[in-house]
Amino acid sequence: MSKGIWVFVEQTQGNIRPASLEVLSQGAKLAAEKGEDLAAVILGTGIGQLASQAGLYGADKVYIADDAKLESYTTGAYTSALAQLIKENGPALVLFADTAIGKDLAPRTAQRLSTGLASDCTGLESDPATYVTFMRPVYSGEVIARVGNLSADPIMATIRPKTFEAVETPKTPEVINVAVTIDPADLRAILKEAIKASSDRIDLTEAAIVVSGGRGVKGKEGFAVLEELADVLGAAVGSSRAAVEEGWTEHSQQVGQTGKMVAPTLYIACGISGAMQHLAGMQGSKFIVGINKDPEANIFAVADYGIVGDLFEIVPLLKDECKKLLA
Amino acid sequence: MNIVVLVKQVFDSEAKIILKNTTQIDDTGVTQGMNLLDENAVEEALTLKQKFGGEVILVSMNPVKTEKALRDALAMGADRAILITDPVLQNADEFTAAQVLAKAISTLNYDVILSGKASSDYQASQVPARIAEILGIPHVNVVVNIDIQGDKAVVTREVDGGSEIIEVPLPSIITAQQSLNTPRYPTVPNIMKAKKKELKVLSLADLGLTADEVAAKMSILEYSLPPVRKAGRIISGDPAQASAELASLLQSEAKVI
Repeated sequence: MSKGIWVFVEQTQGNIRPASLEVLSQGAKLAAEKGEDLAAVILGTGIGQLASQAGLYGADKVYIADDAKLESYTTGAYTSALAQLIKENGPALVLFADTAIGKDLAPRTAQRLSTGLASDCTGLESDPATYVTFMRPVYSGEVIARVGNLSADPIMATIRPKTFEAVETPKTPEVINVAVTIDPADLRAILKEAIKASSDRIDLTEAAIVVSGGRGVKGKEGFAVLEELADVLGAAVGSSRAAVEEGWTEHSQQVGQTGKMVAPTLYIACGISGAMQHLAGMQGSKFIVGINKDPEANIFAVADYGIVGDLFEIVPLLKDECKKLLA
Repeated sequence: MNIVVLVKQVFDSEAKIILKNTTQIDDTGVTQGMNLLDENAVEEALTLKQKFGGEVILVSMNPVKTEKALRDALAMGADRAILITDPVLQNADEFTAAQVLAKAISTLNYDVILSGKASSDYQASQVPARIAEILGIPHVNVVVNIDIQGDKAVVTREVDGGSEIIEVPLPSIITAQQSLNTPRYPTVPNIMKAKKKELKVLSLADLGLTADEVAAKMSILEYSLPPVRKAGRIISGDPAQASAELASLLQSEAKVI
């Protein structure tokens, strides 16, 4: 019996978030393999137009819960709504993007359903014994754990952004408008204010290119040089823990074990030595460039391309060269 | 104000990880200690205790009876600790941990529960939210500021592309981001005092739980080592040449710009 594969879809300003499109695409692949339907679940207000976007990325069905209480994300209201829909429809598998919302919503929902959850996965495959298994990096990415279990019902997982590619596989989805009842006990935490980051740069975890700096950048002014390269490449700007501790960058920009896990197609590490806890956060990048004065810097052990030299000389030149090529 | 802090003992962050076999990680000779982000939680608890009085109680779970992380946290200034240990917990997942810890916490008198936003080993960030769900209280994750106002807390949490200010009634569970504070170093007299502080060791049976009730919902089927990233090419030449070559390789060879 087909129970279906579900993807919880996040939206922002009238569009589905790229990380959710990636999960939808992978969900569509798995659904095809399993002979299952893929359903997108979208919560919010005025979100009807997102159904066709979800269809474009492979959704056979789209559940829409349009409710004023779901206008902004709050843990309580979203858990209430999502858990109710899962209970009523009984999907076999529920996938999330491992974003701030996914990380917050998935465990609470999993516990409400007394089920298991594989967090921050970087791979998944169909498995005859456990339906599906997930790969997740543990111990700073030094070990990969393959996890799965049939006693989880539904099986749930969050997928690290940039793990899979968003691929269009257009469908005309069946749209199912659903009414949800939100338990008043779930409305105890109140969102007083949402503050947008001062920079309007693309989010670190969703950026295709990340330009990142460490102790070698020497100060806030030094990061201005990196920002210029990032502007040319449409990149996000990240940093090592050392630069955050020096007060040169915001903690929200920190890449590494206690910061963000990123996996862009290109990661340009400038003046970053490559401590294990930093590598943990960026080793999944498709291409790594290291720019460092010290030829012995650990970053060169993982970099696809390296330049030994002064980043204050190299980065502006690289910016000019990239500008020429992209013109 | 009574504050419960969840503490996890983990491998040192620079520890070399060795697989004993495909389902076991070798912990022989590995330095262990308190999860770094839990130090932020302990620090915050001590600051709150200073302001409002009360007790800071540590709660931890480990399949092995080990006191290191809890003694470290007691040395920072926490008042007492509870360790739930049982060989059955060897196969624990986040569901198991939450069931066990929530049961232990439910025997305590608490106004707020704090923990790190993630553990450095499994980094699932699930357990606090699961405990909150079991206890029927709100949780707020990745918090960078906590302001207690009577019977509620106004907290700032980091989200993608900004932050949120959230008001929660107490008790609630709040998880610490690194920038919440700077953890204190334990002083020598406090390290000595910590050795004598109460550290209660409980088994599953002591909590009135059975192995079945806490059985994992997700299992680790296999560990493997990731493909090793190989060092690539060092581009030599003067800065202008090297930069030009790098830009061109990124476009034509790697095809990433």
